[in-house]
Amino acid sequence: MICQWVYRVAIMNNNVMEVDVAIIGAGPAGLAAATVLRQRGVQRVVVLDREEQGGGVPRHCGHPPFGMREFYRVLTGPQYATRLVAKALEAGVKLLQRHSVTALLEGGELEVATPNGLLNVVAKRVLIATGIRETPRSARLISGARPLGITTTGAFQSMFYLKGLVPCTRPVIIGTELVAFSAVLTAASAGVKPVAMIEANSRISARHPCELLAHFRGVPLLLNTELESILGGAKVEGVSVKNTHTGESRSIDCDGVIFSGQFTPEVALGRMSHLRVDSASGGLQIDQVGRCSDPAYFAAGNVLRAVETAGWSYREGCSVGGWIADDLAFKSPVSVDREVVISCDDPIKFVVPQRIKLRQLKGFKHLQVRMNRAVHGELVVASDTEVLWRKKLSTLPERRILIPVGKLGDISALTSLRITVRE
Amino acid sequence: MSSDVKTENGCSKSTMQDVFDVAVIGGGVIGCAMARRFVLEGARVVLLEKGEDILAGASKANSAILHTGFDAPLGSLELDCMQAGYREYLQISEAFDLPILKTSAHVVAWNEEQLARLPAIEQHAHQNNVDNVKIIGVEELLKREPNLSRSALGAVSIPGEFVIDPWSSPLAYLTQAVLNGAQVCFNYAVASGQFDGETWRLKSEAAQQISAKYVINCAGLYGDQLDEALLGHTEFVIKPRKGQFVVYDKAASALLKSIILPVPTQRTKGVVLTRTIFGNLLLGPTAEEQDEREWASVSHNELESLKAQAEVMLPALKEMPVTATYAGLRPATECKEYRIFEYQDKHWITVGGIRSTGLTASLGLAAHVFKRYANMATRQPLLASIVTPKMPHLAEYAQRDWMQTGYEEIVCHCEMVTKREIDQAFCSVIPPGDLSGLKRRTRAMMGRCQAFYCSARLAELTKGRFTNDLSVGVSGSDNE
Repeated sequence: MICQWVYRVAIMNNNVMEVDVAIIGAGPAGLAAATVLRQRGVQRVVVLDREEQGGGVPRHCGHPPFGMREFYRVLTGPQYATRLVAKALEAGVKLLQRHSVTALLEGGELEVATPNGLLNVVAKRVLIATGIRETPRSARLISGARPLGITTTGAFQSMFYLKGLVPCTRPVIIGTELVAFSAVLTAASAGVKPVAMIEANSRISARHPCELLAHFRGVPLLLNTELESILGGAKVEGVSVKNTHTGESRSIDCDGVIFSGQFTPEVALGRMSHLRVDSASGGLQIDQVGRCSDPAYFAAGNVLRAVETAGWSYREGCSVGGWIADDLAFKSPVSVDREVVISCDDPIKFVVPQRIKLRQLKGFKHLQVRMNRAVHGELVVASDTEVLWRKKLSTLPERRILIPVGKLGDISALTSLRITVRE
Repeated sequence: MSSDVKTENGCSKSTMQDVFDVAVIGGGVIGCAMARRFVLEGARVVLLEKGEDILAGASKANSAILHTGFDAPLGSLELDCMQAGYREYLQISEAFDLPILKTSAHVVAWNEEQLARLPAIEQHAHQNNVDNVKIIGVEELLKREPNLSRSALGAVSIPGEFVIDPWSSPLAYLTQAVLNGAQVCFNYAVASGQFDGETWRLKSEAAQQISAKYVINCAGLYGDQLDEALLGHTEFVIKPRKGQFVVYDKAASALLKSIILPVPTQRTKGVVLTRTIFGNLLLGPTAEEQDEREWASVSHNELESLKAQAEVMLPALKEMPVTATYAGLRPATECKEYRIFEYQDKHWITVGGIRSTGLTASLGLAAHVFKRYANMATRQPLLASIVTPKMPHLAEYAQRDWMQTGYEEIVCHCEMVTKREIDQAFCSVIPPGDLSGLKRRTRAMMGRCQAFYCSARLAELTKGRFTNDLSVGVSGSDNE
């Protein structure tokens, strides 16, 4: 351990811990940022994580590929998680497991529950890196019975990879995002045989050739098929599905339903606090260095938007970690910065970041946007008076689309930017 | 604590040999309150529940409001029982550590027609002796509830309507009954019975016999069938009425202080918006007739329509995520009134048709039924002393277990449920009989992620405990 934990005494006396940077969440983004902050010489960097073990979601993705850019080799999720934790500890990060942050207070103070009692963490800066989860059945307002055997990919994978248990043996998998194929892989390892994978659209959401994976695993892929309702009493007995072309309904026997994808940022803490949540992305509203509406708070990783890879989150964590280090060094009066507000219109689902603060020259090199449906047309960035940037676009929903900030020209006189699609 | 040797059907062997004063059939909120009242009055009670846990039927889904009875039918038994139940709940809640969220309620008028009906609602409330009910103007309403839509025109204010815990309360009643001598049998569906003029011999499918001098039918959605099966006739017909609900994220509860009630019309009773004791915002119910008595499904269109109605009343809800959806069945009958029937010669009282005010009325109804029983039966001496259990704190607004040191780990992060709470539920007087029972006793898996994060750990902690487990028996070593 490199750093001196002088504030230990304070913890013991008053249950107050003073730190330079507190990071909430020990997933790829949080651990990456913590590591960078220590490497940049920030002394007291603490990661608060509510689970028993650090590493975040990759802990229960028991299959490759993880870590190719970070560690130059192909790792499984758990191996990747272990390495992230080891690297952070080596850099002198204080990693506190079973520490549940229960409230974000103004100016960077956190209320934390621990098995040893309640704790207040007072940080000069806080990074929120609480990640993401899948939308469960309830929030999708799915019809039907509410029996045992309904789950999400994340729950299915953590049950199997962490505990060696499975919730069902013949599930139907709902959705075809990348994570759905991850569920197929997990099922294969777990001896679980999915009876079908269903997708309402005419093609899968993940990239080709993911569908081949389902094919080789013997999982029938039903396109143009919508989940109508869940059947069963105490346990799942089947699903009723409808062909979106013919309108015909039929039922499929199964003993489980795995809802995959439709990720949503785990932003509960933000929603319950003074911080602004961006309703389009469902994540925290940030500027181009990841700073939230309270200048003491930053955010990085999938808490910003659904959904990016572990590698992307890791790099985002590295970037925002670096900018927090800059911020601590400069003590710049950001609150008086002028800002450009960035907005977007349907079919654009969201833009991240939603603000550009003009006196901060550094920051994300790109604006991230995604479509909520397939789009063929032109992506346009405009001010009130003129078009600043445009590009031909042919894309599927949920694909990462990047708009280079540097190509927008001088935006220093502007107050707002609007991103639209012309079809 | 429940250390009796259990037989297959969940009854201890000694239960089979005893002759009880009273058999309460049905472990819903009415049955639980009934068992408690009869035990407190000295009776030897057995409660027979066909499910694996209490509250498995109609009582598992309601809007959790403690009603004043302001809108109950004038001079009705329902009104008497609600008001008696309300008073008793306020009296005993502290001793049990049962939470009350003193929200108050507003019946809000959204159009001129509804506005014109407010004076009648106020007058009705006063006739029901709920004197502090009064009409307030729209300015006052919006001052109290600034997030309500500006299209509100006025309201009736009912200061005494509160929100309670719909599951811990009946559990508390039955726990007290058990601590003071009652027996409970789960998985005991009464299938037949003989009455010899003095004693009922009740049998379940598995034929284990239970003897009791009197029977109180609290079988809820199956009340008419039970009368039919054992008495040979029934004087009412259960017509299950489904209610669907939407539970919003905890962040939404900051949008509202009071319970927002609709102005009832002939056509529809409308939907209620209220905070829950657990810190969420609840919306519902729908009212849909169905024949099915066991299962209540949710439907996308109805849920969407509920949400649309709520967003008109509380526009900020548009931004709020949904945490849960559920549906329940009310044991409605062919008429509106409670269906209480007394068969003196058969030593039988039927408590049927307790549709939607049962949570509030249960304590009052139990006292009422006991009075009628006492006119027929020989009373037993009262207990020398009464034990009152303290219930675990599940309310968002109370001191939760995670705030105390030594909880080991948080198992469910959304609802902040600790391992210590789960352990304590399993060694409580009436431990959970199924996963839903554990959820109701601890809040585990009830939060916004709906077990995305905690199902692995919960599957591990509950493995082998329930007939229907979270995990099923298979693994990678499957023989193919």
